[in-house]
Amino acid sequence: MSTRIVHIASNTFREAVRDRVLYNLVAFALLMSGAAVLVGQISIDIERKVVKDLGLTAVSLFGVVIAIFIGIGLVSKEIERKTLYTVLSRPVRRWEFIVGKFFGLAGTLVLNTFFMAIGVFGALLYVSHHFQRADGWLLVALYFIILQFLIVTSLALLFSSFSSPLLSAVFVFSLFVIGSFAEDLRGFAGMTQGFTRWLATGVAYLVPNFSALNVISSVAHEQAIPGQLIFYNTAYAMIYATMALCGAVLVFEHRNLK
Amino acid sequence: MSAIEILGLEKTYSVGFWRKRPKCALKPLHLQVEEGEIFGFLGPNGAGKTTTLKLLMGLIFPTAGSARILGMEINDPRMKAQIGFLPEQPYFYDYLTARELLEYYGQLSGVAPKERTRKVNEVLQRVGLPDVGGMQLRKFSKGMLQRVGIGQAILHDPKVVFFDEPMSGLDPMGRREVRDLMEQLKLEGKTVFFSTHILPDAEALCDRVAIIHKGELRGVGAIADLTSSVHGQVELVWQGTTVPASLRALGAECHVTGDTVRAVLSEANQDTAIEALRRERLRLVSVTPVRTSLEDYFVQKLQPAGAVAGVRT
Repeated sequence: MSTRIVHIASNTFREAVRDRVLYNLVAFALLMSGAAVLVGQISIDIERKVVKDLGLTAVSLFGVVIAIFIGIGLVSKEIERKTLYTVLSRPVRRWEFIVGKFFGLAGTLVLNTFFMAIGVFGALLYVSHHFQRADGWLLVALYFIILQFLIVTSLALLFSSFSSPLLSAVFVFSLFVIGSFAEDLRGFAGMTQGFTRWLATGVAYLVPNFSALNVISSVAHEQAIPGQLIFYNTAYAMIYATMALCGAVLVFEHRNLK
Repeated sequence: MSAIEILGLEKTYSVGFWRKRPKCALKPLHLQVEEGEIFGFLGPNGAGKTTTLKLLMGLIFPTAGSARILGMEINDPRMKAQIGFLPEQPYFYDYLTARELLEYYGQLSGVAPKERTRKVNEVLQRVGLPDVGGMQLRKFSKGMLQRVGIGQAILHDPKVVFFDEPMSGLDPMGRREVRDLMEQLKLEGKTVFFSTHILPDAEALCDRVAIIHKGELRGVGAIADLTSSVHGQVELVWQGTTVPASLRALGAECHVTGDTVRAVLSEANQDTAIEALRRERLRLVSVTPVRTSLEDYFVQKLQPAGAVAGVRT
């Protein structure tokens, strides 16, 4: 990997840390502590399920919000503030800039998820006083959540490479919501006929399939995650994020920085 | 080999939301800047100076034409490692300290880790910010940011430096320091290309200038040539507050300022005028031929083509 990508990624990470992005962890810690105490008092036998469900959903939502709101500014803010001028007038290729930005935010999200995961396991330990073998599936659910973040970050970069931050946020958030129901959309496409079927199938396969990456309910119910699903989801997320990044690079390579 | 070679570079934007219409920001520009010279790119606001610089930096793409810097294409990373650029009204990552910013740019420019710290310290010293290297840029004044901007442009010891309005935002002392720095860069053998609309700066610094207006190159030449145009007139300056009647009879234009009088008259009447001043026992201070100033040349070049008579290019 080009060292310039590493430098751009570490500067993006440093920006996120100094802009106090990781402060969301305080809110998350408060949420998990409150939930653990409350669940312990009102739930009977399902404390573990509630904590897993709530914890993983919170990890996912906190991360997606960060990925969208930081991701949409990664390129547009640099253009607006002209900080990009002094970067691209150096021996930095445009694609290196986009890829560096992607890895910088991805690194921030991975670190953020790591600390939130500690919070989830802490809350679980608090309500049940011990870990079970099935709790290991939490790690798989967290891994899938990180894969979701990679897709969301690449989409945010794609949209921010040609549209305003507000529109980019709307587009990415809409895709996240639609993608969360991608399996339902595919089911709907199967029930229709003619042009509608063709259109619905196209949309169902074009939007990112976040529903396949959401195993929170299964993990909360202590169901095992098949190894095949882990492999397919990994390949899917990597290919989707790479394609979105390639799109962002293609647009950005031809953009005039007015 | 020319340091900068611009061959018919042209930029047209599409403006309007529904009905797109072309807007020409830069008409085909042909220009050569030689190695080791300080070249001033002059023009009023909106003339096309920044557009030209952005084209040279690869920030926008030309509609037509091409350019070469140090003999290489403008998108060649090897060339970019050898140039420095200060944009107009620069803004930097304000969450970084000045030292961190320079370190970061040093990394991107490929400065070796061993040399980086030394170069950053040198540059902070050179731009007059040795004591604030650890301060976050969000606490910097506009003038300090401009100095950081100049610092990042010269950090990696580039062969060609591009400055877009480098004096903007600086106080008189700061402007003087930047002028000194540019002269130092020239002494080090570097080529300096800078845009400005402050003519005294250009006149004091540049070997050659180009004047651009409404996206069109209006003139280019050496400062010495542009300002040596003798119009067959001389300026006489003497101490006193009176103008001898014989001088008025020679058709001299006189201006009294305090205890000094300046008179402009035909070169043919110079000796007669000096004789008249001697007779009146007035103390002659200077006799100088009237030259076209850069400002005169600039103003002439900004006028429409048909309105200018007898102007050289």
